[in-house]
Amino acid sequence: MALLEIRNVTRRFGDFVAVDNVSLNIEAGEFFTLLGPSGCGKTTILRMIAGFDLPDAGQIFLDGRDLADTPPEKRPLHTVFQSYALFPHMSVAQNIAFPLKMARRPQAEAQKMLHEVLEQVHLADKADAYPHELSGGQKQRVALARGLVNRPRLLLLDEPLGALDAKLREEMQIELINLQKDVGVTFVFVTHAQVEALALSHRIAVMEAGRVAQVDEPSKLYGFPQSRFVADFIGHINMLQAQVVESAHGHTRLAIAGLGEVIASLHSGVTAGAKCTFAIRPEQVRIGTHGEVSELKNHFPGTVHNFLYRGDVTVYKVQMENGLLIEALLPNAAPGRAELYEVGDAVRVGWRHDAGVLLHE
Amino acid sequence: MRRGPWLWAAALAVYAFLYLPLVIVIVYSFNDSRLNAEWVGFTWHWYEVLLHDEDMLLAAGNSLFIALVSSSIATVLGTMAGIAMQRYNLRLLSFMVLTPVAMPEVLLGVSLLLFFIQVLNLTLGMISIILAHITFSIGFVAVIVRARLAGMDDSIFEAARDLGATPWQTFRHVTFPLILPGVVAGWLMAFTLSIDDFVITFFTAGVGVSTLPLRIYSMIKIAVTPEVNAVSTILMLLTLTMILLATRFAPDVLKGKA
Ligand SMILES: Nc1ncnc2c1ncn2[C@@H]1O[C@H](COP(=O)(O)OP(=O)(O)OP(=O)(O)O)[C@@H](O)[C@H]1O
Ligand SMILES: [Mg+2]
Repeated sequence: MALLEIRNVTRRFGDFVAVDNVSLNIEAGEFFTLLGPSGCGKTTILRMIAGFDLPDAGQIFLDGRDLADTPPEKRPLHTVFQSYALFPHMSVAQNIAFPLKMARRPQAEAQKMLHEVLEQVHLADKADAYPHELSGGQKQRVALARGLVNRPRLLLLDEPLGALDAKLREEMQIELINLQKDVGVTFVFVTHAQVEALALSHRIAVMEAGRVAQVDEPSKLYGFPQSRFVADFIGHINMLQAQVVESAHGHTRLAIAGLGEVIASLHSGVTAGAKCTFAIRPEQVRIGTHGEVSELKNHFPGTVHNFLYRGDVTVYKVQMENGLLIEALLPNAAPGRAELYEVGDAVRVGWRHDAGVLLHE
Repeated sequence: MRRGPWLWAAALAVYAFLYLPLVIVIVYSFNDSRLNAEWVGFTWHWYEVLLHDEDMLLAAGNSLFIALVSSSIATVLGTMAGIAMQRYNLRLLSFMVLTPVAMPEVLLGVSLLLFFIQVLNLTLGMISIILAHITFSIGFVAVIVRARLAGMDDSIFEAARDLGATPWQTFRHVTFPLILPGVVAGWLMAFTLSIDDFVITFFTAGVGVSTLPLRIYSMIKIAVTPEVNAVSTILMLLTLTMILLATRFAPDVLKGKA
């Protein structure tokens, strides 16, 4: 049985459907992420799990128990708010001890739990400081510690890293992963940053306008998106309009207008003549001279339209003969790295026969 | 920008206009003369007279009692109103609470008088004065408490619930400690307003009960004696202390308040 089951939950605000018939199962010990663009209903789902908001339809079960009649304070789960929501009139230690006090833990036990968690988040020396004396990263850790100290069944985190700068954010991501491993508490994490979701999660639910578009492990989600929305939202991807020529003999052949024939791995369930989208990640597309890419099953001529030097990689946009732009990523593995192409250079782009996915609308 | 001498002069004039009358009252309360006309010499005499004026002492006692009771009740109600205004963001509620603050006092006095007599069938006296004072103080308390809450992140109250606090525990451990300075400031304001109030008290006092401002008024109908100056000085000091205290508890609130 799943630890948390969200079953056909719908939430409307007036005529607007913020959460539309969402069902999710979250297993004990999982780092589960809700990922989606702003306004897609992530926070609303979290608020319903925490008990600040109630579904208009559907149910939420924790350990098989319907939570409908349980007020927030009786639900064995805690939330880490984006704004941290630390109590300004309490010291770090008092903030963290608050849930222990509410749960009436015996003094000695509470002290032990408090010190343990202070160590875990590296705040032992800040125990007597007040929130306004802390940096953003430290506040974040206090909020985490406060959420974890009473060993909740579930920790909900609403964009907890949103307010941190890029460097600190990366550090905190690693700390989060380690912390979750250490304490073994199930995390339900909300973010609209796909890189963060991919880096942290065991599984991700991608949401679109109140609905769940796809639930998968990060690598599956990235490698095998099931819809144009997911493919486009997670990372960069080239999407080419295609028509199935033949799907047999271990591969699927596609006709792409103006480009020619493309060989892709076998997709079952497509019939000749069907229209679809062929989607391929820039890092799967090779760029080079004819000799460098000709061993690939698919390769086509084009000219460099523009490029962006990003340090670790260079992103090329290559214009194909039909005007189509294909994005290719070239790692700048100095010093023996591939030569830098200039705008207007004639090049060839190519990819393996098993790269890319077919998306049906 | 350079501040010209004219600005200084203007400011000085304004302050003089505001405070000179008060200074004169204080000075003449120590004047060893029955008439206010000229300075004769220093004396504590008028304060001694005050201490033996039975009516004045009774009025002072009434004023203190009324101020204490009405400000305390107004603080409880005003705090609840302030929290409700902030939590539910109710336009109508804030409007209704604030109306008595902005209403001309005469109007409020007359309507309270009619209400007490014709609707409640109340005999005018201590109770009616207290009720009237509560009415006009609630708004002040509510506004101060609300201003205190307005600067706060709403999610801390949800966080408290989320971490296991019942609504009551949330109030006790989070909301109340945070608004306490505002509550104290509100109480001090309400107390000051009550002890100083003349107009509304005048309408709702009836014949039996007198308060300090009423007593001062009835005395100056005859003449402004040094005794009036003395009692005014005491009242002024009390008010000033209260306001200073209130400003200390909620500095930001009182500075910008209408
Ligand atoms: N109390 C409310 N009343 C009316 N509409 C609301 C309310 N709460 C949320 N909404 C609407 O529901 C939609 C989903 O909101 P939600 O806060 O869940 O989005 P989100 O996915 O968390 O977005 P973000 O990434 O910006 O935080 C939004 O369009 C929002 O305007
Ligand atoms: Mg949100």
